[in-house]
Amino acid sequence: MNDQFDANDPSVPAAVRRRRMLQALGALSLGGLPAWSGAQPTAAVNTTKLAVTDKEVIVGQLHSSTGTMAISESGSIQAEQLAIDQINDMGGILGRKIKVIREDGASDWPTFAEKSKKLLINDRCAAVFGCWTSASRKAVLPVFEKENGLLYYPTFYEGLEQSKNVIYTGQEATQQILYSLDWAQKEKKAKTFFLIGSDYIWPRTSMKIARKHIENFQKGKVVGEEYYPLGSTNFGSLMNKIKVQKPDCIYAAVVGGSNVAFYKALKAAGITGDKQLLVTLAVTEDEMTGVGGENFAGFYSSMKYFQSLDNDNNKKFVAAFKAKYGPNSVIGDVTQAGYLGPWLWKAAVEKAKSFDVDKVVAASPGIELKQAPEGYVKLDANHHLWSKSRIAMGMPDASFKVVSESPNLIKPDPFPKGYQ
Amino acid sequence: MTISEMMNIGLMQGFAGLSLFAVLLLMGLGLAIIFGQMGVINMAHGEFMTIGAYTIYLTSTLAATHAPGLVKYYFPFAIVAAFGFAFVAGWLVEWGLIRHLYKRPLDTLLATWGISLAIQQMFRTFIGPKEVSPTLPDWLLGSWAPSPGLDIPINGMFVLGLTALVTAGVLVALHRSRWGLRVRATVANRVMANATGIDTRKTDRLTFAIGCGIAGIAGAAFTTIGSTGPTSGSLYIVDAFLVVTFGGAASLMGTVVSAFGIAQTQSISEFFLHGSMAKVLTLSLIVVILMVRPQGLFASKVRR
Repeated sequence: MNDQFDANDPSVPAAVRRRRMLQALGALSLGGLPAWSGAQPTAAVNTTKLAVTDKEVIVGQLHSSTGTMAISESGSIQAEQLAIDQINDMGGILGRKIKVIREDGASDWPTFAEKSKKLLINDRCAAVFGCWTSASRKAVLPVFEKENGLLYYPTFYEGLEQSKNVIYTGQEATQQILYSLDWAQKEKKAKTFFLIGSDYIWPRTSMKIARKHIENFQKGKVVGEEYYPLGSTNFGSLMNKIKVQKPDCIYAAVVGGSNVAFYKALKAAGITGDKQLLVTLAVTEDEMTGVGGENFAGFYSSMKYFQSLDNDNNKKFVAAFKAKYGPNSVIGDVTQAGYLGPWLWKAAVEKAKSFDVDKVVAASPGIELKQAPEGYVKLDANHHLWSKSRIAMGMPDASFKVVSESPNLIKPDPFPKGYQ
Repeated sequence: MTISEMMNIGLMQGFAGLSLFAVLLLMGLGLAIIFGQMGVINMAHGEFMTIGAYTIYLTSTLAATHAPGLVKYYFPFAIVAAFGFAFVAGWLVEWGLIRHLYKRPLDTLLATWGISLAIQQMFRTFIGPKEVSPTLPDWLLGSWAPSPGLDIPINGMFVLGLTALVTAGVLVALHRSRWGLRVRATVANRVMANATGIDTRKTDRLTFAIGCGIAGIAGAAFTTIGSTGPTSGSLYIVDAFLVVTFGGAASLMGTVVSAFGIAQTQSISEFFLHGSMAKVLTLSLIVVILMVRPQGLFASKVRR
């Protein structure tokens, strides 16, 4: 190792220079000098050469701000930034301000893997907030496990995954599905279900769980199960199939651009909220701006968070979000889950009194957030959140009215028994 | 299930096929002119459709904020505007790029693909990455129910009517107008057409712009069915080329017949199979038919 430290040596790459500077700073504080910020010395809170100095800690943000996923991921980017700003205003974490390095995954999964390597290896980020689709998460997972990084993942997803290096702040499939199916059965007396999804891993896994629950636990009947290619806008024949089967409940997981075409087709076929029960797993406030309130009015969405939730935490959150991003901005389920990431990380770091990933991970189970906009949540040993599930009805003005809420927090169960 | 219910389902299923036919035909029509008649492989066709769709969105936003009373009536005017914008964009693209490439048809593929990427990024930067859908007037929403249990989608009827109008317009213009005569002469033999005094450069520019304008109308019509985003165009482009290639590149009638065949095959197989499987079946059928008949359903009799 080179003992001579020269911050201005142009022959040394920037990342290496930065790392050497960190080492030098670490050596300084080990030498008994008082830490500048008055907080714990950097060498004590950072033994794994992360990008932590006496004044700041660097985290990464890895979402798509370009490409087809930008529509969904922009909300997460905004919410994570809001949480980080608020934490910095409170004095940061362990006396250190959070600095964000933002990378663009460009809706392209290999790019996600490449950028995660940059954030972990070159930038030595203490934590990364990012990814949206399961495909992007699967792409970066090996990198995070190999480099021992820490990822906070905000999207509701299909479950069947648990990693030491990932904290899942959205709901896994059973939390979202079982409650809504039971609600449809008990409150709406639904016995026959028609399952419809876009054709990729999340809807297919979700519908597999739904079918098992309906057939084995509710003793109901699945009268149809249909998948359409992503981006499909042609639902004419599907409408007639629904009319032939006359299901008590349409259970939908159609995503993205297809979503809009799907609800327009329902409306055009005369299948509307006042005549037909429909529960979806994939319409949040974000999608509603595209779908349009008039097409979704009277249908139901199953999520853990809605912007209209009536509690003090949420009012503060919505007000802060709109103050920062404009009065017309909307907050969907994933946006709120993204907001939880930095706060969960802060709580875990403070409990561990260290930025080291191993110590933060060890401190994470049992972390509670009392100020979460969705209400009280806590982190399970399986790295997923205990949370409430909610059903809300779409209103003609494109907002949601919550009609049902699980009485207790629902335990996350990423590997549900009897559903595989 | 009673007989009358089955009748209703049959009628609605028939209409579902018809409205898919209208969508495919409208998609392919502009391309049939540009690719079929001029031989330009226009990869930016989808983006010209998106220009039309965004025109509808912007007009509806304008109407909703400045003149809420006009929301009922804006749609027909917005369609004309959509044609206008796409026409002007097509005119500029032909003048700036395509006219230099008529002798290198394969290079138009790369050039127009580049244009499509550039236009997509412009949408993203200036309009925003989120998918949008315009506020539609009430008369375009919902269904027409002549008898209980029978619902005919109003947006489907609208697209069907518009497609009939545009197709008839194009056919008449191509076979009855001076422009049509010049286009057919240029397509048949460019040098000879030039020698007889036809300004082939002007004809090319007008033809390309009209093809783009029709794409704009198609995009405008599709806002009644789906949403609009910066990359919406890439959803349409494959289907559009499929319809035109399958029909036989130089024949407008071929485009009509091929759109009808593809739509009915897909719609009927979708009713009896699963959505994704229906697509597989339709595409495999097209592949097999194109293997037997590489020139498409209707071959052109023009000597090249």
